[in-house]
Amino acid sequence: MNIIVCVKHVPKCAEAEVRIDSTGKDIERHGLVYDINEWDDYAIEEAVRIKEKLGGTVTVITVGPEEANSTLRKCLARGADQAIRIYDPKLAGSDPYVVAKALSKVIKNMQFNFILTGVQAEDDGSAVVGPVIAELLEIPHATMVKKLEIKDKKTAVVYRELEGGLMEVVEVELPALFTIQTGINEPRYVSILGIRRAMQKEIKVLGLKDVGLDESEVGVTGSWTSIDKLFIPPAEKVCQFLKGSSEEVALKILEILRSRGLI
Amino acid sequence: MAGILVLAEHRQQQLRDITFEMLSKGRELADKLNTTLSAVILGKNIKELAKPLAEYADKVFVVEHDALENFVSDHYQSTLAQLIKQEDPLLIMIGHSSIGMELAPRLAAALNIPLATDCIGIEFEDNTLVVTRQMYGGKMNARVIVKKSKNYMVTVRQAAFKAQKPLRSISGQLVDFPYQPPSEAKKRFLELVTPPPGAVDITAAPLVIGIGRGIKDKGNIPMVEELAQMLGAVVGCSRPIVDKGWMPSDRQIGQSGKSIKPKVYLALGISGAFQHLVGIKGAELVIAVNKDPNAPIFGYADFGVVEDLFKIVPTLKKKIAELRGGGA
Repeated sequence: MNIIVCVKHVPKCAEAEVRIDSTGKDIERHGLVYDINEWDDYAIEEAVRIKEKLGGTVTVITVGPEEANSTLRKCLARGADQAIRIYDPKLAGSDPYVVAKALSKVIKNMQFNFILTGVQAEDDGSAVVGPVIAELLEIPHATMVKKLEIKDKKTAVVYRELEGGLMEVVEVELPALFTIQTGINEPRYVSILGIRRAMQKEIKVLGLKDVGLDESEVGVTGSWTSIDKLFIPPAEKVCQFLKGSSEEVALKILEILRSRGLI
Repeated sequence: MAGILVLAEHRQQQLRDITFEMLSKGRELADKLNTTLSAVILGKNIKELAKPLAEYADKVFVVEHDALENFVSDHYQSTLAQLIKQEDPLLIMIGHSSIGMELAPRLAAALNIPLATDCIGIEFEDNTLVVTRQMYGGKMNARVIVKKSKNYMVTVRQAAFKAQKPLRSISGQLVDFPYQPPSEAKKRFLELVTPPPGAVDITAAPLVIGIGRGIKDKGNIPMVEELAQMLGAVVGCSRPIVDKGWMPSDRQIGQSGKSIKPKVYLALGISGAFQHLVGIKGAELVIAVNKDPNAPIFGYADFGVVEDLFKIVPTLKKKIAELRGGGA
């Protein structure tokens, strides 16, 4: 099986303080820790597991600046065989549609049985790149995959996660693209030795010309959407903060429970 | 026509809530723009399901076909592409759901219609579509301009808009529209799998304690379970806890898990991703404990405690024991 995995290098915001920068259109990037997008972490793990079982190669691709190399190296350490990074300063301001166009241009010239992406990126949460690549390459796709069974070189059976705990089982002809949902596997821990070995592997870098995209097809001009400004989400409820020592706070919580007849 | 077109979602012979949320927002936009609102429903034996749509939409396109018995995006895409070409709608609204996320990006790319996903605000400003969407795990909202176009497409976040009946009575016209098969069918629906019933029903409990990433390790869960036992509460969790395999999936609260409606929901170390917040909308009162003062959960909580749950939980247990004469 030859597998391609598309990954994204993203700022980790879950536990960080996120501020708007001076342009008003982006967040203050300084001081944020970057890593592989959580969904992609499960996607690369899934690809490596299938390779270990069925043989073949795993190629990992990203669109991003040089810093994104660390995410590619992490994937190489996990067991990916090759890494490709697409980058050009002209890509600045590109939306997920442009990213999908760039990825599909490169993948078009490659041999593969299937492509994996994450369901979405944790920074922009668009969930657009995967299905658009599938459309541009004219191959079938399935999103939100929680279980992936490769039957043979021609068919896969996937379990799609729906709402409310429901799953949908779908048979898809290969080559195809699947977007991977978190929890499909348990991403492995990468050893120091693995990372060291990955440092020696080459990362192929492609510019806009190599990809075969025109300047007018990328950046804000080539995008469907552009960010006008960021703002802090308005609160839906007015939260009353309980203050004091943890003993005082605990008593206040118990008082609330009592007032609701729960103790 | 240049009106607004809403894709009705249904599953197991029921219209999904997002359908009415989109019809309500769609009606508002259509009235503001002085244009028409249409809906389209695809499926098998859907005549009855189509009727409530006509209370919102001026026209309801009904696509009835055996091949549409279960949702498979290819069949929706080929048929909708045909309808969009015929009707030329200004805006196509699709749910940001397991149906819409499978369908919309690909349909948009095929028709070269600019798409904005997971929208929580949708407005037209001088014929330009401007949407609001969330980024960075709900810590930021973005005002997003969609590229000028004849047609636009959005996917709409579930539960972002209120479902409400139109102010005036509308009895739209039901119109049959032909099914258009895809050029090649490479995806086949096999079956729906319903989740096995769990040992504990978190949906009916009056007091639910939720745990999230802040719990840090599986080994810390018993501490919360003991607290729950002392209070007669049940323990639920956010998605990452189930993803890590620390709790069974029937304890997951949120969009892909369960919706709860307790008197009080005590959220411990939960940041408040939107998918989780959808599941706690029915809670009468929310108390959130999180050491990050910027955690989005505080925007949805009645009471908040900016503190480490590892300080609060043991203190709560101690105080309960004291109140019960130290015997608990």
